[in-house]
Amino acid sequence: MIRRQAIVLLALVGLLVATYLWLYKIGVLGELRCGTGSCEYVQTSRFADLLGVPVAFYGVAGYATLFVIGLAGLEGRFAGDRRLSVLLAALATVGFAFTLYLTYIELFVLHAICRWCVASAAIMTAIWAAAVAGVSRR
Amino acid sequence: MKRFYVLLALVAAAGGGAMWYSSHRKPAPPPAAARVVAATDGFRGYPLGVESAPVEVTEYSDFECPFCASFATVQMPVIREQLIAPGKLRWRYRDFPLPTHRYSRYAALAAQCAGEQGKFWEMHDQLFEHHQWAQTGKNPRSLFQDFARAVGLDLDKYDACMDGQRYAGRIEASVQEGEAAGVRGTPSFYVNGRPFERSTSDDFKALVDSLTKKHK
Repeated sequence: MIRRQAIVLLALVGLLVATYLWLYKIGVLGELRCGTGSCEYVQTSRFADLLGVPVAFYGVAGYATLFVIGLAGLEGRFAGDRRLSVLLAALATVGFAFTLYLTYIELFVLHAICRWCVASAAIMTAIWAAAVAGVSRR
Repeated sequence: MKRFYVLLALVAAAGGGAMWYSSHRKPAPPPAAARVVAATDGFRGYPLGVESAPVEVTEYSDFECPFCASFATVQMPVIREQLIAPGKLRWRYRDFPLPTHRYSRYAALAAQCAGEQGKFWEMHDQLFEHHQWAQTGKNPRSLFQDFARAVGLDLDKYDACMDGQRYAGRIEASVQEGEAAGVRGTPSFYVNGRPFERSTSDDFKALVDSLTKKHK
């Protein structure tokens, strides 16, 4: 149960980060607060869109899905449901793989780091670790 | 469990509030460029290619102009590779920021400040290759700083140059020279002072071939 709670909490924080980047991308936010990183450089690069959709939106959709499924998994009737754990682990693995791809692009193609993207990568990695542990422990 | 839901609600409220605050914060506008006196330092634009090239093209361009971006990213790489690199053509970039474009003078300033550190063409490429900034209408100040970082500029020097609008007069001089030469839109090209109305790499190849043959 504690792992699912961790997944839900992390997914919520990830959802907020992805929403922030998406709102910037669609013009609602004028400027990204990034400190010494290169957030706008990354967000305005050609890699910030995939199939015509902002990458940040995939993050919003992915975190929202993990959040909803994780939240459902906290309900009594689903609490011991292994299928839900497998589903969470599968989704988290897709998210983690996508995160690896994006981090590769930042480090080796753009040579620029977006702090919010790093935060999202750390969150997704933690979700993936918790979700995989949730499957293997049962 | 109840406490966990309260925690979720608090995190959601804090995050949502921070985003709401961000969306209502007005970013600082770039420095105004009104009433700039044209520089008289004799600067003739940044050149590309060897001085001994038989043909020189002067381009008047605007970093915010979509046609200029298209030219810079589609035609210019071919021109660089096939004409400029082999020494057949020398290129000269002149600023002609159109008054209808909000940030084009600011972008021109960024390129000039990069030029001060020997990175004009690198910044030129950043501004045109990441041209999405020109469509969003957002203040590009921090994005241009990212570009400056990406091309390896000393950021303190770059910021000082930008904040002091060090080359605003040079840009104004370029605009005035462009107007005197008859520039009406961007990009505009001149070959030995005469307008050249075409704008594909094939057109420039044909031009260089014909002028080179004449000289032989």
